Amino acid sequence: MKPILKIRNISKSFHGIKALDDVSMDIYPGQVSVLVGENGAGKSTLMKIISGVYTQYQGHVIYKDKAIDFNSPKDAQENGISIIHQELNTIEGLTIAENVFLGREFRNKFNFIHYRKMNQATRNYLSKIGLDVAPANKVGDLKVSEQQVVEIAKALSFDAGIIIMDEPTSSLTGSEKDALFKIIADLKSRGVAIIYITHKMDEIKHIADQVIGLRDGKMVGQLPAKGLTKDQIIRMMVGRDLTDGFKRSSCIQDTEIMSVHGITQSIPGEKQRYKMQDVSFSLNKGEVLGVFGLIGAGRTELLEALFGVNTADLKGSINVNGKPAKIKHVKDAMNAGMGLVPEDRKLQGLILEMQVMENMSITSLKNLSSVGFIHKKKEKSLAAEYIHKLSIKTPSAFFTTQKLSGGNQQKVVLAKWLEINPGVLLLDEPTRGIDVGAKFEIYKLIDDLAKQGMGIMMVSSELPELLSVADRIMVMCEGAVTAMFNKQEATEEIIINAALPKK
Amino acid sequence: MEKNDLLKNLGKFQSLIALALMVILLTSMTDRFLTTDNMWNVLRQISVNLCISVGMTLVILTAGIDLSVGSILAFSGAVAAGLLKNGVALQNANTFIGFTAFGAIVGALLAGYTLGWFNGLMVTRFKVPAFVATLAMLTIARGFTMLWTGGFPITGLGETFAFIGTGWFLGVPMPVWITIIIVFAAHILTTKTVIGRHIYAVGGNETATMLSGVNVKRVKIFVYTIAGVLAAVGGILTTSRLDSAQPNAGLTFELDAIAAVVIGGTSLSGGKGSIMGTVQGALVIGILNNGLVLLNVSPFWQQVVKGLVILLAVILDKLNTQKTD
Repeated sequence: MKPILKIRNISKSFHGIKALDDVSMDIYPGQVSVLVGENGAGKSTLMKIISGVYTQYQGHVIYKDKAIDFNSPKDAQENGISIIHQELNTIEGLTIAENVFLGREFRNKFNFIHYRKMNQATRNYLSKIGLDVAPANKVGDLKVSEQQVVEIAKALSFDAGIIIMDEPTSSLTGSEKDALFKIIADLKSRGVAIIYITHKMDEIKHIADQVIGLRDGKMVGQLPAKGLTKDQIIRMMVGRDLTDGFKRSSCIQDTEIMSVHGITQSIPGEKQRYKMQDVSFSLNKGEVLGVFGLIGAGRTELLEALFGVNTADLKGSINVNGKPAKIKHVKDAMNAGMGLVPEDRKLQGLILEMQVMENMSITSLKNLSSVGFIHKKKEKSLAAEYIHKLSIKTPSAFFTTQKLSGGNQQKVVLAKWLEINPGVLLLDEPTRGIDVGAKFEIYKLIDDLAKQGMGIMMVSSELPELLSVADRIMVMCEGAVTAMFNKQEATEEIIINAALPKK
Repeated sequence: MEKNDLLKNLGKFQSLIALALMVILLTSMTDRFLTTDNMWNVLRQISVNLCISVGMTLVILTAGIDLSVGSILAFSGAVAAGLLKNGVALQNANTFIGFTAFGAIVGALLAGYTLGWFNGLMVTRFKVPAFVATLAMLTIARGFTMLWTGGFPITGLGETFAFIGTGWFLGVPMPVWITIIIVFAAHILTTKTVIGRHIYAVGGNETATMLSGVNVKRVKIFVYTIAGVLAAVGGILTTSRLDSAQPNAGLTFELDAIAAVVIGGTSLSGGKGSIMGTVQGALVIGILNNGLVLLNVSPFWQQVVKGLVILLAVILDKLNTQKTD
């Protein structure tokens, strides 16, 4: 088969640091090429070159036998190369059709938008990929998974030869994932080449025709997916063998550190529907309690309620260290000895423009100051201590947090909570979007903290992760706790079963 | 590389370079610019704008805006003048309260404090967007000023009060002293204190700051209140210098303040900037105003030039940040 895209000897540097070094690969029509590599391996740089974002580089990209010379992403799109970013680029206030044809709307003879024609065309594209929604619906009213399909429809409307998908399943539920894979299979049969970036092993096994590995900007290999083992793929990503999964032994102590009774919160304005319904559980010192649930199961809402965020109409009681804790604000939760590593570290966890040190100290400025004046020396030495303890890779404590890698950013978030020495640590998807190597470091850290006697609640969508890190796994569905499993009895199958809505 | 580094470093001092260029140009083009009298004059004129701009910087650092400072300035100035001249007559209790200059100043500061606090309350408790809340206060405070003064200037305020705006201390005009103290205090506040750190944090990422246990509402109420108080200081200085509280005082002063903040490199989206930047920005605007007058440029053209300078400053700033990325 003839490749639709040939990448030859691409190199690209930023400020003298090589992001890509002599990378060559072939992409074939009607195939899914999975691109793997840790964060910082050069995947996104390469994709930005292909999709016309970066126009300065060494080497050649040959698309349909012609060397490409795109001067903008729009240019690339019009030539049939579309990229679907992890963060979707749809405009919520516009309709589906307006999104699909943004910037090239059909006009009628008065030069007004020809909505009927535009909606008709959009309906065609949507039906091709099996989304049964009216094109005049606002995109903001759609589910995330459907918004993603709108982007795919948009790509199709450009007669896309190549569609690049950057971790497309990161915010999808199981059934939505299956629907996406169906669409991908359909696109393949139409001869579209898919470049698919992911960290997830099960997805690679499921959809890959070939796997391409990048590491530190260099090619590690381009291999057919058939017959490739999990270990081989991991080796392509991290360049070292990882034992299958992370192992830790229990260090649960007898004392209870937190107990929660009957947490209930109704959805504002709706009496009969609940964000959380009668949630009760307990957590011991040294225990890691995993929390699993599909999107919308109420996991994040539970952590936030415990931590004093959105506490309106919250019923139930929380005991920390044997004492009832009245938690109305974040400060109350902190005073009770809790810390929260939120789901989205960029939006909720960090002040990206600020220094590593400033992000770390924000929770403990009170202890680092007298009469309102910050002791810069104390602040700096505390930051240095935690940079060392968590082996955070940063040039200095004064470095801008934005420029750190995802894993190191997450460690900064962890550091700011460890500084106040909480008895209970709430972790919401602590390894989302960080690479395999950094994930293992975070697991190790969780283990260390549990050994020191901290009680840890860990929400995660990745079952293998929960199965290897958690001592018990609590399963939620539609705001209620549906099951609680000990590590020994838990399997992926029974957990997912408990997480599915019973109708 | 070296050339880039040089450009980058030049970028950091862009307002200083602009200042130096303006001083050199004006010195060579007119012999009245670089005289002691004119220099004090410029600094005295800048001092009111700078007082307001310091408060504005704090508000903008939290990603807010305060459009009401000009009106609060007018109202506070009028309160000071009114208390001093007429006192307060409580007809029901059949008592009259007279005010010393000091009492009148305290009254004016309290007025600024209250209106600024009210702005903060609207922005936090009732989640009114800062632009709207302070736009409303712009007309409310102007209305109060008219009600308080009846639309006529209050004049003849006495020598003690006039000293604040016109007096000299150790060879430096009083308004300049007052402004230096405010700038110094605000600089310390933003660079060395916990509340200063919180101001940057709120502007940088409000959600993350809230989730770190910082009382975001308190920080916001603080900056709007300070902005109100500093507008009152501006009002006292203006009233004292003119020996008169004008009902139309401070019109469009908020625009000059925002301009000083922006020229000084503070980002309107919050989290980035400094008081010292604002000082440079206020100097640029002050010297520009002074220079254009000395060069006999028509007031109409002065406005056009000022607008162009604001645009230029922001464009240069954008180019710089792009280069550093």
